[in-house]
Amino acid sequence: MTLNEVVHVLEGELVCCAEKDSMEITGVCASDLMSDVLAFGTAGSLLITGLTNAQSVNTAEVADVVAIAYARGKRPADSVLLLAEEKGMPVILCGLSLYEACGRLYEHGLVSGSEIREPQ
Amino acid sequence: MSDDPEIMLRERFSIQGGDFGRAGRVSTTIKSMLKQIGFPAPLIRRVAIATYEAEINVVVYADRADVTFEVTPTVIRVILEDEGRGIADLDLAMQEGYSTATDEIREMGFGAGMGLPNIKRNADDLEITSEVGVGTTVRITVLAGE
Ligand SMILES: Nc1ncnc2c1ncn2[C@@H]1O[C@H](COP(=O)(O)OP(=O)(O)O)[C@@H](O)[C@H]1O
Ligand SMILES: [Mg+2]
Repeated sequence: MTLNEVVHVLEGELVCCAEKDSMEITGVCASDLMSDVLAFGTAGSLLITGLTNAQSVNTAEVADVVAIAYARGKRPADSVLLLAEEKGMPVILCGLSLYEACGRLYEHGLVSGSEIREPQ
Repeated sequence: MSDDPEIMLRERFSIQGGDFGRAGRVSTTIKSMLKQIGFPAPLIRRVAIATYEAEINVVVYADRADVTFEVTPTVIRVILEDEGRGIADLDLAMQEGYSTATDEIREMGFGAGMGLPNIKRNADDLEITSEVGVGTTVRITVLAGE
């Protein structure tokens, strides 16, 4: 699915790096815990999160996440959006809950961008 | 630090404890440098993840750190030598889920006790030495020549 289609399905708004809207998204990783994204996220994924600080952008860059969607109407500070723009990291703002955002993308055929792990 | 004659690149950085605004700068800089050299993306990703978790730990738990980043044809090394409280029980700290993090740190998306296990998972070799009240040294090695 392209980034543009993701924006459409999420009824969101692409506020960073709009020129990358035809980029291919291969999976989704959803978490507010950045260590989880670092441990189990897979490269090439979209990160859906409610965490809006600079570490969400740094984590995405470090983990080879290719775009970030902030759920439930959350808007990162301008400094965070600027950091994303600098790093060439597309950012989607969307009003859906984390659950709804994931559900819709799954329904549209986007698979998990996160490893499965048995309970310890 | 080694005097490895094969060193292609050596860079020094420093990290300031408590500087949440800049946390991540060293790891993302190292990532860019490795990209420029042309290492494969999955290898770079492992180095970046391990370094980033270690960098966050310095920002959160230590006063400051010197970071040495070395690249040879066969290994990538990142050494973080911090000054700070140190770690009393290393085996305990390495356990997944063990954390002394505060709510402030959890709000940053960390503090679930997964940092050191994440570093271990991504490094080919991890050496940690620590002295309480003095500091902690984390040596991350990733093999490059595969
Ligand atoms: N550089 C450090 N200096 C002092 N203590 C540290 C350092 N790194 C880790 N620790 C201790 O080890 C614990 C586990 O670290 P980690 O696995 O990264 O999990 P987390 O950071 O989520 O707590 C920390 O909660 C802290 O008590
Ligand atoms: Mg940690």
